[in-house]
Amino acid sequence: MKEKVTAKVISQKEIAENIFDMWIETGLAKEAHPGQFVGVYPKNKSTILPRPISICEVNEEHTALRLVYRIAGQGTKEFSGYEAGDDVEILGILGNGFPLEEGKGKKVFLMGGGIGVPPILQLAKELEADKQVVVGYRDSNLFLKDDLDKYATVYIATEDGSVGTKGNVMHAIEANALDAEVIFACGPMPMLRAIKKYAAEKGIKAYISLEEHMACGVGACLGCVVKTKDIDHHSHVHNARICTDGPVFEAEEVEI
Amino acid sequence: MINTSVNIAGVELKNPVMTGSGTFGSGMEYGEFVDLNRLGAVVTKGVANIPWPGNPTPRVAEVYGGMLNAIGLQNPGIEVFCERDIPFLKQYDTKIIVNVCGKSVEDYLEVVDRLSHEDIAMMEINVSCPNVKEGAIAFGQKADALYNITSEIKKHAKQPIIMKLSPNVTDITEMAKAAEAAGADAISLINTLTGMKIDIHRRKFALANKTGGMSGPAIKPVAVRMVYQAAHAVKIPVIGMGGIATAEDAIEFILAGATAVSVGAMNFVNPYTTIEVIEGIEKYMETYGVTDIKDLIGAVQE
Repeated sequence: MKEKVTAKVISQKEIAENIFDMWIETGLAKEAHPGQFVGVYPKNKSTILPRPISICEVNEEHTALRLVYRIAGQGTKEFSGYEAGDDVEILGILGNGFPLEEGKGKKVFLMGGGIGVPPILQLAKELEADKQVVVGYRDSNLFLKDDLDKYATVYIATEDGSVGTKGNVMHAIEANALDAEVIFACGPMPMLRAIKKYAAEKGIKAYISLEEHMACGVGACLGCVVKTKDIDHHSHVHNARICTDGPVFEAEEVEI
Repeated sequence: MINTSVNIAGVELKNPVMTGSGTFGSGMEYGEFVDLNRLGAVVTKGVANIPWPGNPTPRVAEVYGGMLNAIGLQNPGIEVFCERDIPFLKQYDTKIIVNVCGKSVEDYLEVVDRLSHEDIAMMEINVSCPNVKEGAIAFGQKADALYNITSEIKKHAKQPIIMKLSPNVTDITEMAKAAEAAGADAISLINTLTGMKIDIHRRKFALANKTGGMSGPAIKPVAVRMVYQAAHAVKIPVIGMGGIATAEDAIEFILAGATAVSVGAMNFVNPYTTIEVIEGIEKYMETYGVTDIKDLIGAVQE
């Protein structure tokens, strides 16, 4: 069941430039799965809408969520100032996560780019498979890499070439001669497009997590749609709702 | 014992709190958060004669104290709506008000005719959506066009009709009077205010549609003023909306002359808003010893 609840900040730190790592205590953690997200409400009443932020990690006891987010505007800037003990209003758990059953026991790529890396962590923790994490960063500031190392072999690409393969995640796959039977990914649109193309060429399935500007987060406003190959079940056009039908979609089902 | 019921065109609502069209779907999504049985009415997302895909994304953007949207009335068309959404809502003890949209008079009439066989309380006619290129707002910005479409729909409608008015006009009273003269059973206002936002870092429009409809708490004073003006211009009931976030906001609209109110964009902000407004109105009535909410309608001291 979805709820709007008050969570409590446990800790917060900046782990890369403008990228913050916040643990919050909330009962919603009980039902959280990799690839799902929460809406986080700014306290400032001039910024009214919940900010969709992916779940980076759930603690072992399922009592807390780790949110790793980038400052993208006023709302996230406000969040970055929260300290341990502060209250924070959240709406969740939202969206459908990654379909773990599609990867179970297989050789998989878990791919993340930039601020798309965080949801890959909980996925790497939970997925029982032959996991190869392929993540792309701007520079040598490899946030969450140490956490990812605990659960899988990690391959790095950096835009400036300072660590791993110079370029993006696709370059890292090529440079390391990697292959997989299924892909799970979250990242910027050019990366997801490249993954969609790669998966089609290889004849494998790719599950990609999309983002779009959202208002409600619960499927009512129809703000965050993505064009789909088939007619969607809600409006019977070709527009799935990213918040409720996604955010994870099979790549070949969406037109990106 | 306090009485919160109000009457609009012979339809008795248990309380004056409804949902703003397009902000509540057909209730399914928010039924997870609120007991739909407690609402005075559910006003559905606009429905056309055929499925509409809506506008490209981005469709929403936040602005100071509010938001812009340019959804473009994405909807599944009247057939799916009648098969799925009306039966869903009929499970609840609330009034069903179906919002109707179209690109031509014929489109509207097709939906109105189809709905005449359905067990719904009222229809709200959207002649004020700023986000679709044809139809819609074209009927809501000129008094004679509004008069014509209202009288056409009245000839076909089996249920009472509410004309939803645009605030993007020079004189709201002219529009209210035109709707009343053409036989509208009620009017609702305001729809969103046309706005624009530019991302200065990317030098791009925030919305793919460039313009969008502004809603949220920031527009409330404009809405209260227009509801007050409209309520003084016509005798038919006025349904007030525009940035209602709290019971205090709702009461402001009622004192300005609204018989009922709708919670719109604030559903996105706080999914429990409708229920909090209903409970807050009851508390206000108890505090001030008001036994019948009808005594508050238009009761601002001149």
